[in-house]
Amino acid sequence: MKKQLLTGCEAAGEAAIHAGCKFYAGYPITPQNRFPEYMSKRMPEEKGVFIQAESELSAINMVFGASVCGFRALTSSSSPGISLKQEGISYLAGCELPAVIINMNRGGPGLGDVTPSQSDYFQATRGGGHGDYRTIVYAPWDIQELYDLTYIAFDIADKYRNPVLILADGIIAQIMEPVKFKKPKKNLPQKKWALTGCKGRKPNSIKSLFLTPGILEKHNWKLYKKYRKIEEKEVKYEKYFCDDIESLIVSFGTCARICYESIKITRDKGFKIGLFRPITLWPFPYKQLEETIENAKKIYVVEMNLGQMIDDVKIANRKNLPIYFYGRPGGGVPTPEEIYNFIRKNESSI
Amino acid sequence: MKAVYKKPESLKEEITTYCPGCGHGIIHKLIAEVIDELGIREKTIGVAPVGCAVLAYNFFNFDVTESAHGRAPAVATGIKRLLPDRIVFTYQGDGDLAAIGTAEIIHSAARGENITVIFVNNAIYGMTKGQMAPTTLPEQKTTTTIYGRNPIHHGYPLKVCELLSQIEGVCYLERVSIDSVPNIIKTKSAIKKAFLYQIENKGFSLIEILSTCPVNWKMTPKEAMNWIKEVMSKYFVLGIYKDKSEQKKEV
Ligand SMILES: Cc1ncc(C[n+]2csc(CCOP(=O)(O)OP(=O)(O)O)c2C)c(N)n1
Repeated sequence: MKKQLLTGCEAAGEAAIHAGCKFYAGYPITPQNRFPEYMSKRMPEEKGVFIQAESELSAINMVFGASVCGFRALTSSSSPGISLKQEGISYLAGCELPAVIINMNRGGPGLGDVTPSQSDYFQATRGGGHGDYRTIVYAPWDIQELYDLTYIAFDIADKYRNPVLILADGIIAQIMEPVKFKKPKKNLPQKKWALTGCKGRKPNSIKSLFLTPGILEKHNWKLYKKYRKIEEKEVKYEKYFCDDIESLIVSFGTCARICYESIKITRDKGFKIGLFRPITLWPFPYKQLEETIENAKKIYVVEMNLGQMIDDVKIANRKNLPIYFYGRPGGGVPTPEEIYNFIRKNESSI
Repeated sequence: MKAVYKKPESLKEEITTYCPGCGHGIIHKLIAEVIDELGIREKTIGVAPVGCAVLAYNFFNFDVTESAHGRAPAVATGIKRLLPDRIVFTYQGDGDLAAIGTAEIIHSAARGENITVIFVNNAIYGMTKGQMAPTTLPEQKTTTTIYGRNPIHHGYPLKVCELLSQIEGVCYLERVSIDSVPNIIKTKSAIKKAFLYQIENKGFSLIEILSTCPVNWKMTPKEAMNWIKEVMSKYFVLGIYKDKSEQKKEV
């Protein structure tokens, strides 16, 4: 199939449509305004539903309704809007409903700014809303990967009956790159649990409320088992230049892509540095990272935030290697040279 | 022998969790009877609120989903847009609909969503045990207005039917009450009309039902019914606030 030149918002929208998504609700917020604009054109063309909601709160609850009746549903936003969606995401997780939520992360806290950021790492990977729950989190580093991950996100959401988050950023939302499409999905399996009217069966209900003593605890243990299974089966990561490393950079999303460029410079200068890139931020590739640092002497964590991923890197770093952090919070985007200079300074300091 | 009365099929064989004299039980039964009479049980999807009716799926014998506090109209929007031939209704209290969910109800109405909203106005927060609601009357005592609601400090009660009647997308609005047998019968026909309008794709309908909460009002069930009649329905005046369907006929 021919490649198409698309922005991240458009590519993710196409991926959703190709994955059989029939419902999109959203609310404008920079840097992802193109998303609702594009879906307002594409959903009707595909006999799907597009709604511009009155808020992100309402949008996520419309998605909740779409999921309740068994349809694949999507919402997108950027950081402040994703905060508003947290109530709905917690209910989706509690009710075990599938849905896909895309966050084109911008600088925060508060209104912050509209430039790219990775500052929602904690919110994405630690639950975000209230209660003991987890969401699967994918972090793409280019538009093709955003397309591919969005395409599979709907399958994974259905498979585990759990919300799936895509944590991208303002760069991924807005740049254009060529994208190769996958085959549109047809005849998706029926969901027996869905609410469609009780014709020929007993009534179904969807709920997250369990008042009888002990029942909620049981429900939480059931979720726990599901999350352990996801941790076992769904980890995704990539590593580059890791055959002979002395030091390892750990970075995700756009920032990892910049690190990749800086490693090319460091390699030219003779430093033995590799790159490890978690693609699922939850489940985090702890085991794989631990194996990768087997022969390394130090770790660099590079993020467009104040070092939120360091906690996860520490869990994998049972060898207690020194960790050096380079971060650009508040909408700052590092250049490959900047990262190279940081590494060079620390490499020669030992 | 001919049966003159039976439990509607749309109600399960469950004992409800409502307090003695609470209006939710009566309203559940009216909805169930209407759904039976219209023969739509197998294609109805209910959206329960957060409030005393949160367990509605335990009592209604058709598909019912939970929704977050106040978000029922957004959830119903998602369902109805994807399954336009199903009958979708929300069931909401005054805190759910007129406080935390005000944006959702106004914008579902503005979009003219083809859904039915059953709005149970009992002038108090029942489930959390008696705090001020957006519909608590001036001077009414609640656990957060212990000296009585003073509009200067606590604001004025929200009149939902009056408010929504300004909105183009709304098809039908009526305020009814369950304080007497004739009013209960009227309530049932209003509910029926609202569901019928949905079946005929006429758009957004809301029935506001003045209902009792004797436990939190600190009254006997009988006093509570009387309070609706003597006090509540003086402030929240009963009647049809909009009926687009009939307006059209006149033209
Ligand atoms: C986000 C959120 N805030 C507050 C609550 C607590 N809460 C549960 S029900 C309720 C009010 C219920 O009152 P109303 O909607 O009038 O219904 P009623 O119980 O009187 O039928 C509140 C405040 C909640 N569950 N969720």
